[in-house]
Amino acid sequence: MPFISNTNKERQEMLAAIGVENFSQLLKNIPEKFLLQEDCCLEKQYSELEISRKYAKLAAKNISANEINAFLGGGIYDHFIPAAVDHIIQRPEFHSAYTPYQAEVSQGTLQYIYEYQTMICELTGMEISNAGLYDGATATAEAVLMAARKTKKNKAILANSLNPLYRQIVSVYTEGMDIELIDVDIEDNLQKLAETSDNDTACVVVQTPNFFGNLEDMAAIEKITHSAKKALFIAVVDPISLAVLNSPAEYKADIVVGEGQALGNHTNYGGPLFGFLATHQKLARTMPGRIVGATEDANGTRAYALTLQAREQHIRRAKATSNICSNDALCTLAATVYMSLMGPKGLQEVATQSATKAHYLATKIAELPNYKLMSNKPFFKEFTVKTPLPAKKIITKLVDYDILPGISLEQFGLEENLLLIAVTEKKSKTNLDELVAALKEV
Amino acid sequence: MPKTIFEKHSDNRRGYTLPANDVDTKLENCFPENFRRKQELKLPEVSELDVMRHFIELSHMNHFIEKGFYPLGSCTMKYNPKISEELVRNPSIANIHPLQPENTVQGALEILFELQNMLSEISGFAKASLQPVAGAQGEFTGLKIIKAYHATKGNKKNQIILPDSAHGTNPASVKMVGYEVVEIPSNERGMVDIKALREAVNEKTAGFMLTNPNTLGIFEAQIEEISKIIHDVDGLMYMDGANFNALLGIVKPGEIGFDVMHYNLHKTFATPHGGGGPGSGPIGVRKDLVKFLPVPMVNRKDGKFFWDYSHKNTSIGKIHSFYGNFAVNVRAYIYLKMLGPKGLKRVSENAVINANYLMKKLQAHYLVPFKDEYCMHEFVASGKWQKDKTGVKTLDIAKRLLDKGIHAPTIYFPLIVSEAMMIEPTETESKETLDEFIEAMVDIAAEAVNSPETLKEAPLNTPVRRVDDTKAVRELNVKFEW
Ligand SMILES: Cc1ncc(COP(=O)(O)O)c(C=O)c1O
Repeated sequence: MPFISNTNKERQEMLAAIGVENFSQLLKNIPEKFLLQEDCCLEKQYSELEISRKYAKLAAKNISANEINAFLGGGIYDHFIPAAVDHIIQRPEFHSAYTPYQAEVSQGTLQYIYEYQTMICELTGMEISNAGLYDGATATAEAVLMAARKTKKNKAILANSLNPLYRQIVSVYTEGMDIELIDVDIEDNLQKLAETSDNDTACVVVQTPNFFGNLEDMAAIEKITHSAKKALFIAVVDPISLAVLNSPAEYKADIVVGEGQALGNHTNYGGPLFGFLATHQKLARTMPGRIVGATEDANGTRAYALTLQAREQHIRRAKATSNICSNDALCTLAATVYMSLMGPKGLQEVATQSATKAHYLATKIAELPNYKLMSNKPFFKEFTVKTPLPAKKIITKLVDYDILPGISLEQFGLEENLLLIAVTEKKSKTNLDELVAALKEV
Repeated sequence: MPKTIFEKHSDNRRGYTLPANDVDTKLENCFPENFRRKQELKLPEVSELDVMRHFIELSHMNHFIEKGFYPLGSCTMKYNPKISEELVRNPSIANIHPLQPENTVQGALEILFELQNMLSEISGFAKASLQPVAGAQGEFTGLKIIKAYHATKGNKKNQIILPDSAHGTNPASVKMVGYEVVEIPSNERGMVDIKALREAVNEKTAGFMLTNPNTLGIFEAQIEEISKIIHDVDGLMYMDGANFNALLGIVKPGEIGFDVMHYNLHKTFATPHGGGGPGSGPIGVRKDLVKFLPVPMVNRKDGKFFWDYSHKNTSIGKIHSFYGNFAVNVRAYIYLKMLGPKGLKRVSENAVINANYLMKKLQAHYLVPFKDEYCMHEFVASGKWQKDKTGVKTLDIAKRLLDKGIHAPTIYFPLIVSEAMMIEPTETESKETLDEFIEAMVDIAAEAVNSPETLKEAPLNTPVRRVDDTKAVRELNVKFEW
């Protein structure tokens, strides 16, 4: 049998040692009528060779970013991943261990998490980061819950430029907690925001670059947010952008969250991802998720351990700050290795190339007849274009040119002629020019 | 201890290469100066070799399945087949984007469709959603569905009952959906106390959350009666499927009274635990609850696979940015295909035999509170004898195991057994490994009597000695200053 060590002979010896004649005697507690017949389920058993062949055929039905000129974003991005990243995360020392509860034999995991936390703090300018959450969407939801807990207020204001998928998840996560979500339009000015935020406000949540790719005026939003008595300012950010754009500490964010996938993780059809969450030290005890701290062992040697566990479900149960247990740790390892390899200069180069190539492309597309940019706000690596045809049609047509030009925003309940285009450093000028030429033809 | 990566920094050292930028747009022209970062970006500058040495050195400080036995109860630390690791890195799987047109990802959708069906089939549910990314998120999703069920029927219910042996995520998830937790005691056999259950049940009961086999490793023998009691007040039965490894091919939870269940693919279906994740926590539900499952579901029409949002008006919504932990789900698909009908049942048989063998062999040396029941895939022993006689605690026993190259069991859980050691060998371990573990445990029991001080100082030969976790809280240091 696959993956089972014991032979029939050994099984028999063990059954004898237990004191039973056959396996079914061990199932005494299960009412007999519930027991299944042999071979209850599944069609057949595949050998390693057979499943590899079947799988290769299935994989061949997908078209990956390696084969097609793709400009897809909307929260996760195809940035370059140095080979060393995958090499490290494939090591069973990391991937077949579990949560580092036994610190003495988990220092490898604990130390990289400590380094990860440090890097997230450096990127965001914040004082404390947790060890990661499931994804950017749930991290945003957890930040709202955290703000409501901290401020004991129940009104959460969400900028309407927040990723609509995040918006949906925030809604599902907060629904049971008596939190009122208020969507505010900040597109043209901040007047509505100023009118809406008051002393009952727990938080204001703003994404920058926002879902459409544009940069928000975080400094001005911060002033409005903090003019309400207790309200916390939650920034949802793209970690790559922070290499060249304001760190959230510069605009005085209180909680910073985002999707971490772009840091060294493949797109993997949308999962696994990981969410990061960083904040001020004074909010530490209201944070969700694991945190690693530096300490010492019995010999006084530097060592690491899980800390502030009194927030977590295994200790606090119903009073925990979150129900999260397993997170997406291995993806945070990829991020740690990635940031180590890239360093400040590599990350700045990635951000610069993504931004400059996006701007080159945007300019070229805006020059095409009948195409224009949705907004004239500054953007980073992603932008929204108004297309002459429904974006969905353009996408279908461009598959024949081996191009995936972007994401149709119609699926998010927006106009059908909006196309969201993302550019990373992986694109060459030729790739960009090919898209422009193809758009011109359709 | 290894230096941190930050201490290996040397100005201008480089660990990457990138093509030169071939567009001549300048960053200064992209956005106004006030959007530009002013704060220094302090990341280490190191070479690729520095990075490799650093993380390999760290990796050597971990215990992991390929290194040695990992009987961490409730976590099912079984061997993770390497073929899954290889296949999942196929670029046509790893480098596809969740918002690609469906006709460019038919292979991915087919895998998910088949996995959805296989999971439903082996658990006896009408349908399974692959969107929850961990067990706890599966619980949250399942409880949302229970809430939606009652809301649709106009039921005014707000309580979820669970036994005191429940995992911490259960009450935490109940709280997150806005329900109240009602905890009931277990009986002297380690099972749900039916009398206490009857007393706790009333018109406010929205459901019962039960791990089966429970966290003591015991199958709940009165499951029919329990589900009748709950169903009689129109409550729903939620199964925490963390322990599904005991039941594959033996019973289907959907046929024994459960209405909703989450699976832990990182436990039962051999996907790696990743040092704490990513996992995957799909949920299965009975027929009338399918309409509440998260959107979207994979579906097939005229031979084409697609994302189906048709139940969006009744669905609880979305709980993950996209479709859950795809790459984890793919590994589970490969594993299930390789098990097939016979392999499926053999997994649970061997898991159960291995656990009973250990329980039998250890009970002369350690208190096993529920030794009169056969266990399923795991059992709970206790260090109480040692503590009472020698002052050696379960924590010390756990630390001493580390010295012997064995990972400690889950300790101090479930909360209802004092000095608990929850031991789960899994089916992939051989009799020799189990015998070595028994020998180690017997030696430690002797050591507790003969040299308790050694145990209190353990571990002695792990990469670091006993770690001071109180200091980690008292003198909070969560980032490196450099
Ligand atoms: C019984 C039980 N329930 C729920 C969970 C939570 O699962 P996860 O860690 O995947 O969120 C676990 C595992 O940690 C468990 O052992």
